[in-house]
Amino acid sequence: MMCEKCKERIASVHFTQVVNNKKVEMHLCKQCAKEKGHLNFGSTIDVNDFLKGIFGIGGGSPYYNPGHVKMVCEKCGMSYDEFQKVGKFGCSKCYEMYGDGLKPLLKRLHGSIEHHGKTPKLMAETHSISKEIDRLKAQLQQAIEKEEYEKAAEIRDKIKSLE
Amino acid sequence: MHSEMGGEFMFGSEAKKTPESDIVMTSRVRMARNINEYPFPVRMDYDQSIFIINKIKEIIFNKENNSSKDFLYFDLQKLNNIEKLVLVEKHLISKELTDNRRLSAAIISKDEKVSIMINEEDHLRIQAMFPGMQLDEAFDLCNKTDDIISEKVEYAYDENIGYLTSCPTNVGTGIRVSVMLHLPAITMSGYLKGILEACGKIGVTVRGLYGENTEALGNMFQVSNQVTLGQSEEEIVYNIKNITKQITNQEIALRDDLYKQNTFMFEDKIFRSLGIIKNARVLTSEESYKLLSDVRLGIDMGIIKDIDIKTVNELTEVIKPGSLQVLLPNSTGQLERDVGRAEIIRKKLNKTKE
Repeated sequence: MMCEKCKERIASVHFTQVVNNKKVEMHLCKQCAKEKGHLNFGSTIDVNDFLKGIFGIGGGSPYYNPGHVKMVCEKCGMSYDEFQKVGKFGCSKCYEMYGDGLKPLLKRLHGSIEHHGKTPKLMAETHSISKEIDRLKAQLQQAIEKEEYEKAAEIRDKIKSLE
Repeated sequence: MHSEMGGEFMFGSEAKKTPESDIVMTSRVRMARNINEYPFPVRMDYDQSIFIINKIKEIIFNKENNSSKDFLYFDLQKLNNIEKLVLVEKHLISKELTDNRRLSAAIISKDEKVSIMINEEDHLRIQAMFPGMQLDEAFDLCNKTDDIISEKVEYAYDENIGYLTSCPTNVGTGIRVSVMLHLPAITMSGYLKGILEACGKIGVTVRGLYGENTEALGNMFQVSNQVTLGQSEEEIVYNIKNITKQITNQEIALRDDLYKQNTFMFEDKIFRSLGIIKNARVLTSEESYKLLSDVRLGIDMGIIKDIDIKTVNELTEVIKPGSLQVLLPNSTGQLERDVGRAEIIRKKLNKTKE
């Protein structure tokens, strides 16, 4: 395979990345890759370019509410501008601050907005309790719909004891 | 550096010999984690950095932890540049961890299988690495190490989007599963592009380089998952295992094809490379990797019989710039190093013959 840029040397640096079926692919020789900065494969550098593309720097992104531009995280002081520059959040509160505004970004990055993996040990208990409450609330709704009020009262008490 | 460190060569060393183990050099799993209520490293102050380091140190080196004796502590501020480079080349720490603007540390198991980076892009990067195709083993060990820590400290975690990481590309499981593959036949026959395309479509990244800013190695590719949110850890491991199996099968088939179609040319290429590497007086790292790739292929295919694959594994490690500087502390210039490199390789390969 020849280098896509100079078309003279053999391509030795191959790079693919996909975001929601849109693929960025490059096959370069070492020299051209160096010139383009692709030999520095440190995730930060790539990811930042990548994020900038997603947020649509300069052009205003259709995926992001421009209202966020003025936002600053009250916990760590990271501003939206700064996040865009470094491509990293400053703390876990930043995630809360952007809230649903993050969903389009996560969807683009991962094709999903819901975690299906591991739960940390220290969190596991409260996590399962809140899942249990959700489950009971659904049962309560069903009981009310079926007009089974005695059962509904039982479920309501269970929920209270957990909360 | 610690003299207790393994010193054993990770590259394919203890994996069982199978056609797959010829091709899969290493299996690696890492998890990104952050401690709840503390800003991520990008926004951390001095005291917070120290707190995180001490907290993790305390957990790992606590008497309650059965494996505490198996670990060594490295203060990144106290290591010299060559020591850092060697750890980076061994994939025990990342290049980013050596960034001096931050207070960072690493806790590494003596057998070099587990490494916990502290204050990298995230508070914790927990990694397990095994030679050959051992992704299940790597996942298991990484998972257990993560459990030990998560019993003692609360992680930044959200019920809906999982583990919170500094970079949104890691959020969710925070897991990166990767294998390093030696793919000379796929590269030679031009099938690489097709494989890269196929991988791209299913959210798998293939890099024709070492992932961490170090030099390219001859025909070595790293395959890893790109997506971390929406799939479980097990699914992600399964996907990478699956794609690895497919690539490996293709590589094996192509090796046989190429050999059968053009036996003389194939053997000629291998033996020319062997001739050069055994006799050259000046070798750049790039050329060494290229020649070692041919020699490795020759041994895998049974064409070269008098050299042990272990020798090639060892050479692949020692000729990396950092390790080479440890062996040749007085050589300063490029040419001197290339001469030194050629000498080390020549001696090692000609010894095997006797």
